[in-house]
Amino acid sequence: MSAAGGAAPAAPSPAPRRRARRGAGRAASWLPGLLLVSPSIVLIAVFVYGMIGWNTALALSDKHAPIEEGSFAGLENLAALWQEARWPAAVANAAVFTVFFVGGALLLGWLLGLLLEKGIAGEPVLRTLFLAPMAVSFIATGVVWRWLMNPAPAERATGLNALFVHLNLDFLVNDWWTAPDLGMAAMALPAVWQLSGYIMALFLAGFRGVPEELREAARVDGCSEWQVYRHVVMPQLRPVTLTAVIILGHMSLKVFDLIIAVAGKQIAADVPAVYMWTMVFEVRDPAKGAAIATYLLLAVAVFVVPYLVWTVRKERSEGR
Amino acid sequence: MSGTVPGADRVIAAGGRTAGTTRRGQAVKFAVLLALAVLFLLPMYVLLVTGFKPFAEATAGRAWLPPREWSLQGWAAAWEALAPGLWNSVRMAVPSAVLSALLGSMNGYVLARWRFPGADAVFTLFLFGMFIPYQAVMIPLQQTLVSANLMGGLFPLILAHTVYGIPICTLIFRNYYAAVPHTLIEAARVDGAGMLGTYARVVLPLSAPAFAVTLIWQATSAWNDFLFAVFLTGPDSWPVTVQLNNVAGSMVVPYNQQMAAAVLASLPTLAVYLVLGRYFMRGLMAGALKG
Repeated sequence: MSAAGGAAPAAPSPAPRRRARRGAGRAASWLPGLLLVSPSIVLIAVFVYGMIGWNTALALSDKHAPIEEGSFAGLENLAALWQEARWPAAVANAAVFTVFFVGGALLLGWLLGLLLEKGIAGEPVLRTLFLAPMAVSFIATGVVWRWLMNPAPAERATGLNALFVHLNLDFLVNDWWTAPDLGMAAMALPAVWQLSGYIMALFLAGFRGVPEELREAARVDGCSEWQVYRHVVMPQLRPVTLTAVIILGHMSLKVFDLIIAVAGKQIAADVPAVYMWTMVFEVRDPAKGAAIATYLLLAVAVFVVPYLVWTVRKERSEGR
Repeated sequence: MSGTVPGADRVIAAGGRTAGTTRRGQAVKFAVLLALAVLFLLPMYVLLVTGFKPFAEATAGRAWLPPREWSLQGWAAAWEALAPGLWNSVRMAVPSAVLSALLGSMNGYVLARWRFPGADAVFTLFLFGMFIPYQAVMIPLQQTLVSANLMGGLFPLILAHTVYGIPICTLIFRNYYAAVPHTLIEAARVDGAGMLGTYARVVLPLSAPAFAVTLIWQATSAWNDFLFAVFLTGPDSWPVTVQLNNVAGSMVVPYNQQMAAAVLASLPTLAVYLVLGRYFMRGLMAGALKG
């Protein structure tokens, strides 16, 4: 992978000769490029950063009705959320969902990758099957899983509860997402079903990217196959794991569609994104809706920003 | 961003090496994989089996049994309810995919091959746009569209999917163009081609695979989106996800129709995935930034 064309001035260019030749008339050489990107720069500046700024200003205002003007109110809205019952409960739900969704998809995706990595009969079919849910919307997934996770008791049971009764596994019959404590763990099931194939693909690429010579060397040194995984392969998978956690984590914090499709707006499965939606459409309180959106943005930004900066820097230092 | 990303699908497709595995180990693995495959197939089984039952049979008692009588009632009803939404989704997903792919191609070319001072910062700021929760822009976006009198119809959705699709498309094209041999670009420059000339004569003709990846990725994301759809469209312009949710959220709609509707709404993206899987896969890998 050779270096990108005319490297940025700050970057260590692998081809100083070319740089010197193009030294004169530098601005003339980069200006057309900047012009070509400028429509997108304007769009991103307005629709991403401008609107984030506007939303933040709204969150810091007292515009509690769409027609009000609103004036600066400081952190009032952001603080007030924690005083009520609904917001902390929604945050707790999102936290439980995140733990089970990220953990579950990571574990299952890793297991699938591990089982497939050395090649097995029917691998292409299996891969296609495990990844297929990724092509479907969370709404469609939610429609099926709401039926599967129907909490109706034994005699009226549908879905998985009915299957459990059918197979004499009555002890497995449960309330699914309506359970008071760990209901959100059940809610994570469809999300795990949908995303673990994706994580499998990431890990599969990771596993197969480990050079065979490394493994062979460890085997020659007398390592068992298990030790090869433990000491040679797994350490090489750390970057992939980090990526998987970032992807799953940022999806999890803003989960919305799936909750709506499985539970509607029922308070048992309330999460910040659903709360924000009701603030905008039912309560019609822009300031409060914006405050919730600000928390969502902060929750994602605290881990995504360092990750992005780290990735771009690392790439630069590798001279790409 | 990483050099391994564009090739990740090929690494996966290349298959594994069986060194160090015993025959018994293979058998155990295969059994576990098969069990997991059955679990993964359960929801798909339910969708099809329930979808093909007549109204009277879609009840709790026979939930897991195949239909006694195969029926198209559910499908006909689902088609009737979803047809406008399916059409709206096509009219919204295709143009927004094309527009963001074009913008992404131009940006990717410049960021990989015609860099300007601050290009890294711009690229990083673009990438962040890929991860933001769209809730953080939704209220201002909605207000802007309302006050500009642009609400109604599919324009708001096309605008949103185009703009918020720019980051991922830029990323995919940038990685793709970074791998184009340097000599090709230099040769065009020596021939006196400027930036646009090189882009049009050398780079664009090479771009078909990257366009396939971004178009599939963007069209699939737009098709499956629900968040922008509920905030930015009304009953006349609801895409299929909103209509599916309305069908399924209603207490009076029987299960056979709900399941048939879920299948209908998913068929286009599933078909693209099954036919053009390797391009779909590359989009996924690009979405992961690093392979």
